[in-house]
Amino acid sequence: MTDAAVSSRGRQWKRPPFITSPLLRWSLITGGVLYLALAFGTTEVNWTRVWEGLPRGKQFLLAFAPPDFTSRWDAIVDGVLESLWMTAVSTVIGILMSVPIALGAARNIASPPVYYFCRTVIAVSRSFQEVILAIFFVKLFGFGPFAGVVTLSVATIGFFAKLLAEDIEDMDPRQAEAVRATGGGWFQWLNYGIQPQVMPRFIGLSMYRLDINFRESAIVGIVGGGGIGATLNTAFDRYEFDSAAAILIVIIAIVMCVEYSSGYVRRWVQ
Amino acid sequence: MTDALLRLVKLVKQYPTGDLALKGVDLEVPKGQVMALIGPSGAGKSTLIRCINRLVEPTGGQIFIGDREITRLGRSALRRARRQMGMIFQEYALVERLTVMENVLSGRLGYVGFWRSYFRKFPAADVEEAFRLLERVGLDHMVDKRADELSGGQRQRVGICRALIQNPELLLVDEPTASLDPKTSRQIMRLICELCEERGLAAIINIHDVLLAQMFAQRIVGLKAGEVVYDGPPDGLKPNVLTEIYGEEDWSATIQEDEDEEGEAVQAPGEIAVPSDERMAGLT
Repeated sequence: MTDAAVSSRGRQWKRPPFITSPLLRWSLITGGVLYLALAFGTTEVNWTRVWEGLPRGKQFLLAFAPPDFTSRWDAIVDGVLESLWMTAVSTVIGILMSVPIALGAARNIASPPVYYFCRTVIAVSRSFQEVILAIFFVKLFGFGPFAGVVTLSVATIGFFAKLLAEDIEDMDPRQAEAVRATGGGWFQWLNYGIQPQVMPRFIGLSMYRLDINFRESAIVGIVGGGGIGATLNTAFDRYEFDSAAAILIVIIAIVMCVEYSSGYVRRWVQ
Repeated sequence: MTDALLRLVKLVKQYPTGDLALKGVDLEVPKGQVMALIGPSGAGKSTLIRCINRLVEPTGGQIFIGDREITRLGRSALRRARRQMGMIFQEYALVERLTVMENVLSGRLGYVGFWRSYFRKFPAADVEEAFRLLERVGLDHMVDKRADELSGGQRQRVGICRALIQNPELLLVDEPTASLDPKTSRQIMRLICELCEERGLAAIINIHDVLLAQMFAQRIVGLKAGEVVYDGPPDGLKPNVLTEIYGEEDWSATIQEDEDEEGEAVQAPGEIAVPSDERMAGLT
């Protein structure tokens, strides 16, 4: 009876808007719509060129088939081995350099000057894409896998230190506090209070970075950083598309292997 | 000078936000006394306890353990002083991914060097003591379990072992029963008090539950807005006192009427033969 009386008043409820100020809300929406309309309106697509390009693309793709594993097999094996070596070495070096930087870049355990310094290192490392870093280091150290290793190591810092620092910041402070209360030293505190909390993430990120570094080692090779990328680049330069196809298939196979095993390891450490 | 184990003199803590958590607290705890610290949330109980081992830095006043002034110690002297103060936490604060044994042994970190602790090569006497303590609390069969596999009561007992293996003179206990059921809460409180008596330890126990405090502590200190408003025996907590500590409320159900809790502490003779893990089954 009373329920009906209340519902008959028909009170309305609406979810409060995400942006409270209506002026700001509507100017953001109209601004966004306007920009997209202009951007699409000024995009020039030359459909005749697209149409003429289609048969060329078909020829290009046909040149890949069938993939030729045999004639350049030795070069492929050398390239893959070099890439795997670059991947392993750069991942280990990168992680070793990342750990102290990650500790310094965690707001909850580092003092402000250390924090800002380490965050700057991470920001610099992250602001350059691997290819740009690779071009720079190839100019610095000359062609070859050494430039590639340095590139991947530096790129690893930006990735690994940032994500590890975030995990350290998300840790449970009470566990770390309890270890501090026992009177242990700073390194003991790291080893007992913090390391166990971030270890699954640490292993997961290491596997993930190993995976990324292998893929990047192929890219880095194209600009002169050695590895399977160099082999792939040579194949394209010689118009040996069937060999290039073989190299691509090998890269895909290895990436899938690494990805599957890193996924397995990450599930296992949880 | 005095025979007090712990002495706080005009202890002040002001947080950077400006909140005055402790407004000049004076307090003395003699050797071997179990003291309960009660008071509403935000009264500064937790801050007080953390100031004593300087997990929270006090902003004024002095703290003495015996004749040593804790508030003046440098870094390494403070670490040595912390070894004398075992701490037991709300929600246990065990390192969850470490084993029970590692958690207990972490109480010895102040006594062993980094590499020994890194390779988990603790002195044999420490390992022996850890086993003994775990036996005492009925967890010796769970040595290699990970801490996060344990139930609440079991975890808190590991926390108690971790504090005791420090061989402290003083226990700082922060809401030990906050996340435990009523029965386990009593068992944990009883265990803490028994162990204090066995080893002659003084303890400061922060606790929300007035009844539990009255049941187990020898002395009650009421804290309100950073000031001590009651300091006396458990049976002195009359409605007017509770009203002063917590504010106006009907306290008739909370006041303890000299209730003796026999039957829980005393074991029937037949029960003694039961293995310790089953005897503790209520805690699991």
